[in-house]
Amino acid sequence: MIFNFIFGRHKKDRKPKSGALADLRVGESAILSELQLSPPVAEHLMNLGFVPGLEVTVARSGPGGDPRVYRVEGTEVAMRRDVSRHIHVELLGAPAFGD
Amino acid sequence: MSCHAVAHPGDEALGTAYRTIAVVGPPNSGKTTLFNRLTRLRQKVGNFPGVTVEHHTGYVRDSDGQEIALIDLPGVYSLAPKSEDEKVAVDVLTGNMPGTPRPDAIILVLNSTNLHSHLVLAARVIALGTPTLVLLNMADELRKQGGHVDVLSLARQLGTPVALVSATTGEGIVAVQNFLDSAVASPEPLGLPVVGSTRGYREWAVRVGENAKYRRPATPVWTQRLDSLFLHRIWGSVIFGVVVIAVFQTIFAVGQPLSNLFQRFLDVTGAQLGTHLPHGMFNSLIVNGVWKGTGSVLVFLPQILLLFLVIGILEDSGYLSRAAVIADRTMSRVGLNGKSFIPLLSAYACAVPAIMATRTIENKRDRMATILIAPFMTCSARLPVYTMVIAAFLPNRPLLGVFLGTRAVAMLGLYVLGFLMAVLTARLLKSTILRSKDAPFILEMPPYRWPTLASLGLRLVDRGKAFLYRAGTVIMLVTLLLWAATNFPMHHGQPPEVQNSVVAKLGHAIEPVIRPLGFDWKIGVGLVTSLAAREVIIATLGTLNGVDPQSHATDLQAALRHELTPAAAVALLVFFAFAMQCMSTLAVVRRETNGWKWPVLQFSYMTVVAYISAFAAYSIVGHFIR
Repeated sequence: MIFNFIFGRHKKDRKPKSGALADLRVGESAILSELQLSPPVAEHLMNLGFVPGLEVTVARSGPGGDPRVYRVEGTEVAMRRDVSRHIHVELLGAPAFGD
Repeated sequence: MSCHAVAHPGDEALGTAYRTIAVVGPPNSGKTTLFNRLTRLRQKVGNFPGVTVEHHTGYVRDSDGQEIALIDLPGVYSLAPKSEDEKVAVDVLTGNMPGTPRPDAIILVLNSTNLHSHLVLAARVIALGTPTLVLLNMADELRKQGGHVDVLSLARQLGTPVALVSATTGEGIVAVQNFLDSAVASPEPLGLPVVGSTRGYREWAVRVGENAKYRRPATPVWTQRLDSLFLHRIWGSVIFGVVVIAVFQTIFAVGQPLSNLFQRFLDVTGAQLGTHLPHGMFNSLIVNGVWKGTGSVLVFLPQILLLFLVIGILEDSGYLSRAAVIADRTMSRVGLNGKSFIPLLSAYACAVPAIMATRTIENKRDRMATILIAPFMTCSARLPVYTMVIAAFLPNRPLLGVFLGTRAVAMLGLYVLGFLMAVLTARLLKSTILRSKDAPFILEMPPYRWPTLASLGLRLVDRGKAFLYRAGTVIMLVTLLLWAATNFPMHHGQPPEVQNSVVAKLGHAIEPVIRPLGFDWKIGVGLVTSLAAREVIIATLGTLNGVDPQSHATDLQAALRHELTPAAAVALLVFFAFAMQCMSTLAVVRRETNGWKWPVLQFSYMTVVAYISAFAAYSIVGHFIR
């Protein structure tokens, strides 16, 4: 898809094993590990399906790159960077192209 | 796919019939569509005491003709009372809401395409011990996208009847009627977590789903395709722009003429009515009081209905969530989020429908901030006032050839002025009384769907009724009070000349206060009467100066030049840009916030801002131009 073309160009740097959801690129997937957010916000995200242990995918990016849309088990949720950088994920491996 | 319409977990005890049933479900589960399908127009809107959360009560009948009240609770993701919506839902479900009896049963609406998340809510609702019917909605989408669930197994595990339904097509809805007719025993679910974290509930939900052979449907292809267009880096913004212009145009280019036409009709019928009634006070009361009052209420209806039609289409189709994502970047700079954009845009036509449209903003503080800044947007009622004053004082000279004249620039400047004050106020509010640290922008993107006519129609009826009943009564009352103020004290059974009326006394009374702005008592009278609607000041000044503003616009302009210094004219424009000269808006704010606290605060704030700014403008301009 065009988005992968625009945003999915990956540099050949070594990726860390874990990181923030905000640092994933569009099309990449990872496993949710921890929501370092205030209890009400973390609770709200979990009710939407963002439960640690589940796979999350960066579905797409809005114009300008913020907010972005993330997908967990078919539920798509838009959030700003100020939330997604507090969500910790464990990386799966190669980015999933052609999502 | 199970073909059972409804699956009961076991023997059901035939007991007393239900009188009150609560309808609960997460947002985007199709709860409202289902509620509308069940109750149609047999519903009424109300507020729970002491909260701004609104609820609908609808009525259905069981097979014996016994009437059952269905209470549509706000959409909630959980029952942890953190937000006002959730607190209301919990209070109603547990019988702690004053004036509302504890429901005899619960209809829980879940989205079958998102079962794991929604079963978490089911666990919490079923744990209340109230007889519950679980409806797995959107059966058609589940099937179409290759999903599956064993309803019987789910019913056994949850200990409640479960039915797979589609609120849009009506598939499986018969299950609700069966539920109404046969009282079900309180649920005794198998292996429901007693206490637990959301994570624990979620693990339970996945187990239950696995046992029921739940297969999650694929994300609809069309949603993926449309999103790659609507949220595209370039095309997304272009389409957003087109939608914004379309909304603006619809309200301005279609709504405004409709309102004007409506106004014409009311004027003509009012005049007709006047000729058929005997002359005198009664005639004046009916024509200038009651009929005008009715008119000033009804004249908003076309714009309100149009705006809600447009917003209804955007919301039901799913585009509104995408528009919020696109607008979010810009709105975040003033401390608001993308959901405030459409209401603020509509405020350029009229603040009344705009404030009613803030309902789409879930965060209470953001919604309040949007309500409070909406009247700063230059609404269409300010235009005639701006036009008249600018025409009276500013000669039209070309600035950029034929494209831009001095008058157009002045007009544009007033638009910018209102916008800047809105931004300033938003920042002020969001950093003080309406600070909301714990409410970041997190928004679910529902799949795209075709809006249904029934749902759009019901929404229009609902909003129209709400406006007429709640705001209309206040607007009517103030119009009648203003009529009385211009028609009393009577002199030999005749209404007085305007300059001897109560309203003129009011004008004289506030003259000392407005004198520092360069206004005399006549402008004061205009400020009082313009509370009915901003443009009324033109007619008032016309009457006070003995000229008909419609046929002798230039005479009125001459009178204005006599009345106001150029500095006072600028002060008047600034005052109108900022002041809350609109009781209809006040009435709607009262209705939407369920109390007088916010409208009073808003009126005071805007009046103070208007006064200080007008004073500053008068002093500064007066320093340069004499």
